[in-house]
Amino acid sequence: MSYRNRELGYLIAVGALTGLGFASVYIARQAVIGWSSLTYAAFFVGLYLIAHIVTRLTVPHADPYLLPMTGFLTAVGLTEIYRLGPGDAFKQGLWVVIGVAVFALTMIGLRRDYRVLEDYKYLFGVGAIALLFLPRLPVIGETINGARLWIHFGPLQFQPGELAKIFLIVFLAGYVREKREVLAQGRLKDVGPVLVIWAAAMLVLVATNDLGSALLYFGIFIAMLYIATARLSFVLAGLGLFVAGVYAANRAIPHVHERVLIWLHPWTTQKVPCPVTGTMALRQDCESYQLVKSLYSISNGGFGGTGLGKGTFTTTSGTQLIPDVKTDFIYSAVAQELGLVGVAALLLVFMVFVARGMKIALQVDDGFSKLLAAGLTFGFALQTFVIVGGILRIIPLTGITLPFVSYGGSSIVANFLLLAGLLLISNRANANTA
Amino acid sequence: MNRQISQVAIASLILLASLIVATTYWQTWASAGLAARQDNEIQRVAQFTIDRGLIYASNGKTVLAANTRKKIGGQTLFFRRYPTNGLASQVVGYSTQSRSRTGVEQAENSYLTASNADIGTILGTVGSRLKGTTIKGNSLVLTIHAGAQKLAENLLAGKCGAAVVMNPKTGAVYVMASTPGFNPNLVEQPAGYAKISATKSPCPPEPAAPLLNRATQGLFPPGSIFKTITAAAALDDGVYKPDSTFDDPGYCTEYGKQVKNALDQSGPEAFGIVNLVEAYQHSINAVFCNIGQKLGAKRILDEARKFGFYSVPPLEMPSDARSASGLYLNGKLFDPSTGKGYSRVDPGRLAFGQDKMLTTPLQMAMVASAVANNGVEMKPTLIKQVLAPDGSVIKRLHPQVLRQATKASTAAELKNMMVEVVQAGTGTAAQIPGVVVAGKTGTAETCACNTVYDAWFIFFAPAEDPTVAGAVVVEYQNNGFGGSVAAPIAKQLMQAILPPTPNSTGTLGN
Repeated sequence: MSYRNRELGYLIAVGALTGLGFASVYIARQAVIGWSSLTYAAFFVGLYLIAHIVTRLTVPHADPYLLPMTGFLTAVGLTEIYRLGPGDAFKQGLWVVIGVAVFALTMIGLRRDYRVLEDYKYLFGVGAIALLFLPRLPVIGETINGARLWIHFGPLQFQPGELAKIFLIVFLAGYVREKREVLAQGRLKDVGPVLVIWAAAMLVLVATNDLGSALLYFGIFIAMLYIATARLSFVLAGLGLFVAGVYAANRAIPHVHERVLIWLHPWTTQKVPCPVTGTMALRQDCESYQLVKSLYSISNGGFGGTGLGKGTFTTTSGTQLIPDVKTDFIYSAVAQELGLVGVAALLLVFMVFVARGMKIALQVDDGFSKLLAAGLTFGFALQTFVIVGGILRIIPLTGITLPFVSYGGSSIVANFLLLAGLLLISNRANANTA
Repeated sequence: MNRQISQVAIASLILLASLIVATTYWQTWASAGLAARQDNEIQRVAQFTIDRGLIYASNGKTVLAANTRKKIGGQTLFFRRYPTNGLASQVVGYSTQSRSRTGVEQAENSYLTASNADIGTILGTVGSRLKGTTIKGNSLVLTIHAGAQKLAENLLAGKCGAAVVMNPKTGAVYVMASTPGFNPNLVEQPAGYAKISATKSPCPPEPAAPLLNRATQGLFPPGSIFKTITAAAALDDGVYKPDSTFDDPGYCTEYGKQVKNALDQSGPEAFGIVNLVEAYQHSINAVFCNIGQKLGAKRILDEARKFGFYSVPPLEMPSDARSASGLYLNGKLFDPSTGKGYSRVDPGRLAFGQDKMLTTPLQMAMVASAVANNGVEMKPTLIKQVLAPDGSVIKRLHPQVLRQATKASTAAELKNMMVEVVQAGTGTAAQIPGVVVAGKTGTAETCACNTVYDAWFIFFAPAEDPTVAGAVVVEYQNNGFGGSVAAPIAKQLMQAILPPTPNSTGTLGN
C-alpha cells in the first residue's frame, strides 16, 4: 500500500475514534449539550481529509503516520476541551482550521525545496528574538499568571513564544550546520555563540519570568549543538550553566523562587506567607493551589479513569477547580477522565511521533535537514516533557502548552508548522531512496 | 550525525517514558493518600453525585431526610434537605458539603451512599458505574414513631431534657428526643451554624447545646430511679425479699452524719416500719441508704454493670455521640474496681442514685426495658428496615439479646414494685385508664442548693405484656420532681404509642 493510502486508512481510524469520543461526551452530558456536538466529529474528519489531500499533492513520499497522530492528538484535545466548555471547543476548532490552512500554505509554498529556508537563517534568528520580546512592548504585551508571554490584538491573544520556538530551530539548523566544524574544535572564541545563546535564554528567563520556555529554548539549542558537533562537553557545560543560572535566578527572582518552592513543597502543614493575597495561608490554598488540584484530578482518574464527561472539574458551587485546565493543565483533565490506560496511550502516541520524527532525521541525507528534523522533533518532545513533567512534579511547573492537545491558537498553529516541516523533510528523504 | 541523533532520540524517549512512570505513581500508589486529603474537593464533590438514600420515620411516609437535585457544570448533584425542619434532629443528624456528618447520617453513611458490602448493592453500584447512571443509595426506615417523637419534642419544648421510648421485646427505639433541638437545614446556610450555636438555653447555667443528643450523650445524676438497680442487687442475691422490713426514722446515718429523706418521697417524712416494696413505692432514701451500706458499693456497681453501665450502649449513632453510664470523677468515667477505688464511693448515697453516679436516658430506658422483658435486655436499634433503591428490603430489624441483666424472678418482683409506684406511690401522674403502668420516679440534686433538680421517670406498659418502655429526664427543674414533671410526659408518650384502650381501670393480678 502506498504511503498516502496508509495515511488515509489511519486517518479514517482516527476519525472513528473522534466520533466515539464525542459520542461518549454526548452520552455522559446530554443534559447540557445537544446531539449537534456530533457534527464536530464530522467536521473534524473533513478537515483532516483536506490536510490529507494536501499531503497527497505536495509530499507523496512523506511519513504516513505523522498526520494521523496529529489528528489523534488534536482530537483528544478538542474532545476534552469540548467536554470542559463547548464554547471554547468552537474556538479551538477554528484554530485547528487556521492551523490546517497554515499547514497547507506551508506545504504548497515549500513543496519544491524547503531548504531555501537555510538561506534566510539569520532572518529567522532575528525574527525569533523579535517575537520573544514582543510581549515586552507596552501596548500589546500582556502579563498572565506572573509571566509576560502574551500579546493581544483586540480580543485575540497570541503567544509569540510558540512561533519563536520554530523560528529558533530553523535558525539553529542553518547556523549550526554552517559552523559545525569550527564549533566542534571547541575553541573559546568559537564557543562564544554558545555563551551568547545561554545569555539570551537567561535574558528570556529574567524578562518573561518564564522558566519553562528558557529551558525549552536552551535545551533545543544544546541538543542541536550536540548533534552537529558530537561533543558531550557542550552538553555538560550547557546543563551546568543552565542549572547555575536557574540557581541564581531562584535566589534573585521571587517568581522563580516561588516556582521552586511550589515544586519542592506543594503542601504545608503550617500557614506560610501567601504572596497572592498578602496574608498567611497553607501553600496548597495559595501558590500551589493549581498544582495540587491538578494532582488530585490526575489521581482521581486511577487506572481506568472516570470516563469522558464523568470527571469532576468544578466544586459543588460550580467554581472551576483548576483555573487553567484547558491550556496548561489539559493533561490533568485527560488523566482524570481516561485514567492511566488513556494517558499512557496518549504519551505512547507522543513517543511514536518523536520516534518517527527522529527516524526522518536519520534517513534524510543533508546536514540542514537532519538538524532541522531532529531539532523540531526534540523541541516537540522537550515541550511535552516540560509541561507534563511539571504537572507531575518531576521538574518545577511552568506554564506551557501540551503540543496539539492544549487549548490555544498560537500553540496549534506553531505545531502545525512543525508537522509541515517534518513531512517536507520526510518526503525528501523518502523520495531520494525511492 | 546519525549516532548523535540516535542518542538524542533515545534521550527524548526516556524523558517521555518517565512521564508514564510518574503518571502511574500518581494514579496508583499516591492515589489513596491524595483522596484522603481534606482539601481534595473532587472527593467532596464525588459524594454529591450519589443520590443519597432517604431517611423515613417508622411509618415509611414521614420523610426525615431527602435530597434536592441541582445541575452544576452539567453534573447532577444531590444536596441534603430535611423536610421536617428538625424532627429527631440529633438522631437523623446532618450531612454537609464539607463532609461533616452526625447522627444516623454518619453512622449509616455506607448504606446511604450504597457503599455497604451487601452483594445486591455492590452489583447495583457497579452496574450504575458502567452504565454511567447515577448511583442510588439505600434508604433507611427508622424505628422512630413520628407522632410520639413530635409529641415528645413538643412536651419537652422550652426545657432541657430528653426522652427515650423503646420496645422492650425488640429494642426498637420509638422515641429519641433531646431538647433544645436544631433545624438541620440551617447547618449549611451562611451564619446558620452560628445561629444554632446561639440557641438560648432554657436551663441556665447549663448551655443549650442543641447539637448534643442528650438521650445518648447527656449524663445526669439518676437520683431515685437508680433504686431500681439497688433493689435488683438486693433481690438477685436473696439478701432481701420484697417483704423484708426496715425501719425508716426519716434519715440514715452516713459517716456519723444524718442524711435526711428527700422532698420528693410520697407520704410522711418518716414512715417507721416499711417493707422493701413500700420503700421503693414511696422512694424512701433512708431505707435504700441502709441497703446500700449493707450491700456495699461493689455489689451495687456490679449489678449496674449487668444492666450495661460502664459500657457504651450499642446504637446506630456515631460512637462519639454515645456515653457510658457509671461513676464520673472530674468529668471522666471512674472505675473503682481498680486499686482502692471503692473507698472513694459512698455506698449509702450511691444506693439512691447520687454520689458521682451519672447515667444517660438511653441507659435508663434500657434498664426499664430489661425489667419489663423478664430481665432480658434487648439491643436498642434505630433501624427498622434498609430499602434498596427499587424498594426491596435488604435488611430488617432482627431483635438481638444484649444481655441477661437480672434474674427473671427479680425482674418480676421489680415489675410489681414499679406497678405499685404508679398505682399508689410517687408516680401516680403516669396512670393511664385501662392500662397497668409500671414506673419509677427520680429527682436528682444537681447542686448543693437543694431546690434545682433533674426530674426523671422510667416506665413501661402494659405491665402484663409490656410493649413500650423508656426514660424521660427534664433538666434543671426548680422544685420540680420526677413524679410531677417527668411522669406526665411519660404518660402521654405511652398513650401515643399504645393502642387505644377502653376507658376502664385494670389491675395486675398478683
